[in-house]
Amino acid sequence: MTSQPGKPARRAAAPVEGRVVRDPEVPGPRLALVDLLDRVLAGGVVVTGEIVLSIADVDLVAVSLRALVTSVSALDGPVPVAQQIAREVGS
Amino acid sequence: MSAMTEPQGIWVYAVAEMVLDASLGELTGVSGGPVAALSAAGLAAVTEQVPLAEFGEAALHRNLEDLDWLEEKARAHHEVIDAVAQQQPLVPMRLATVYHSEEGVTELLTGRSRDFRALIDRIRGRREWGVKAYAAPPPADREKAGQAAAPSAKTTGAGAAYLNRRRHERSAQEESRQAAMISTADIHDTLAGLAMAYRLHPPQAPQLHGNKQPMLLNAAYLLDDERADDFAAVVQSLAADHPSVRLDLTGPWPPYSFAELPELTPAGEPS
Repeated sequence: MTSQPGKPARRAAAPVEGRVVRDPEVPGPRLALVDLLDRVLAGGVVVTGEIVLSIADVDLVAVSLRALVTSVSALDGPVPVAQQIAREVGS
Repeated sequence: MSAMTEPQGIWVYAVAEMVLDASLGELTGVSGGPVAALSAAGLAAVTEQVPLAEFGEAALHRNLEDLDWLEEKARAHHEVIDAVAQQQPLVPMRLATVYHSEEGVTELLTGRSRDFRALIDRIRGRREWGVKAYAAPPPADREKAGQAAAPSAKTTGAGAAYLNRRRHERSAQEESRQAAMISTADIHDTLAGLAMAYRLHPPQAPQLHGNKQPMLLNAAYLLDDERADDFAAVVQSLAADHPSVRLDLTGPWPPYSFAELPELTPAGEPS
């Protein structure tokens, strides 16, 4: 019961010699945004120094997940969780 | 065009041993500009000039709260990293790593060259795979089983029978949840045994993963490329052996979850 990997393993199976080519006509299967955010916001090297926004100053993960949860429940959640709870308690 | 007049920053995607500008081909970056290599200390950073109007401190604070912006940039960041990672080992940087100047990037490469090299060696020939485990949906015949296992129903009132059935359902649910947790621990042990390293991400919230059942495991495994096929097969067979969980395999990913430089000493020098 495994799903297809998020990206084809060797998408650029035969790249032009020595070049990284991304063919916009042939998009890979779309990665789940949540899986991607798990990695680009909680993974990757964190540096200090001459940078615009210090990761220490702002917890990117918290910021972005707040954005994500807010908009997911606002947009396409069948019923926001809080309302569901309210309804169950109320009935 | 306006690159000379507007204040610019340098977005850093990743660090690799050597990247030729020509090899970056037709990649477009997070601001739609060309992606370029910036070399120092025998290393190369994969970079892009970005306008501070969109990627400066205040703008980033604002934009990171905007899901559409975040998604677009996260995907663009990943596309560049993923494309380069097909060619060579690289160390991804955290999203939104923007330097004020090229000198800042050069200092990073120079100051941490030993650490970057060690990381590159660690991930050479390896990639990251993700495995998520969810509790399996309750079996369809639970209702039936619940009724069959409540023999006292006949001799007691309808209310008592209902309560009995509910109690039974609830304990069956608890049992299957417990079985799922034990299975998940077994599965992770097996997978970790095949990997060079693993990292456990917090399970995703139900609103985000969209699955009715709770996520029990959200793990990343760093695997030798030669073992990738075996790993996928093992995930398949674990899924078959553990009906109490549903497994979801993603990858290969660039080694995001394993890109961590050692802490700097208080003096600010690499230890």
